[in-house]
Amino acid sequence: MDSATIPLDGNSAAGLFSEVFSVDLTVARATCAHCDAEGELGTLKMWAVEMGAVLRCPACGDVVLRLTSTPNAVWLDATGARSIAIPRA
Amino acid sequence: MTASSGLTTPRIAWRVATVRAVRQETTRTRTLFLDVLGWPGHLAGQHVDVRLTAADGYQTQRSYSIASPPEEKLIALTVEELEDGEVSSYLCSELRQGDELELRGPIGGYFVWRVPDGGPLLLVAGGSGIVPLMAMLRHRAAALAERTARQAVPARLLYSSRSFDDVIYRDELERMASNDDSLRIVHTITRDAPSDWTGARRRIDRAMLEEIGWPPSDEPRIFVCGPTPMVEAAASALVETGHAADRIRTERFGPTGS
Repeated sequence: MDSATIPLDGNSAAGLFSEVFSVDLTVARATCAHCDAEGELGTLKMWAVEMGAVLRCPACGDVVLRLTSTPNAVWLDATGARSIAIPRA
Repeated sequence: MTASSGLTTPRIAWRVATVRAVRQETTRTRTLFLDVLGWPGHLAGQHVDVRLTAADGYQTQRSYSIASPPEEKLIALTVEELEDGEVSSYLCSELRQGDELELRGPIGGYFVWRVPDGGPLLLVAGGSGIVPLMAMLRHRAAALAERTARQAVPARLLYSSRSFDDVIYRDELERMASNDDSLRIVHTITRDAPSDWTGARRRIDRAMLEEIGWPPSDEPRIFVCGPTPMVEAAASALVETGHAADRIRTERFGPTGS
């Protein structure tokens, strides 16, 4: 995989999110903890790696979310998001 | 859905898909028509993850956009064969009618369009980035044919291909546009244009988007899909010309993406 060097959109992470969340997180709105930019997770820039993904803020480039899939757990590091607003279905 | 045992229970299950038909689209792309057991239906623009398992248990997966509209029963995936693409080369050359593969989906609610969302619609495609946009155009055409849409949502497609022979769905697009005054399709050929080609011969740029797209005052819904550099260039040019960033939805695919 080479998309570690070329960014995709956060909407590519939808499959990974679906492993643990019953709602579609790509339409949830996150606020970047670094620059306060707000947008849907689908608009974040995503660097995919074999084990998961790093999603960065399109405005400032800081990491908003890190998602790692291991055999026993899916790890979600959301320290880069001040908040995530998940719309009710 | 049955009772789940915990957080790690997959919310979108892997399903078995059977290949019902295969259609060669261009020399490098082909469409797989899949019958998916228990398919819950999808929206135009969504994708699926395809998982392949080797005899030794090694698994690998890739995302592919759905080309078929929600109105059709078989799920169509148009796959471009990439050099050294371990999944795409299998899907493009080895998979036969009757074969099975695993997929999960539909996935993604961000890069989607439904007829009631309205328009006008500006679709910007680079190469196989046409696939999810084709699902939108087919969905739009199906709604018109079934008269579920009282009037057509005006739509324009700007589609960049390397050569004329690399234009995916060329005949179908031509038919679509010839039957529909509210649909305009413009091609640009970036490398090997035929000598009698009268259309554009360059990469999608700001001038092209301004000429073909809608003015920002029309507040079009814009979907851009293609290789990352093309998407970045088109999205920036659209913002520079005054389109609101939140009207522009992008789907980039990297070398391993679609």
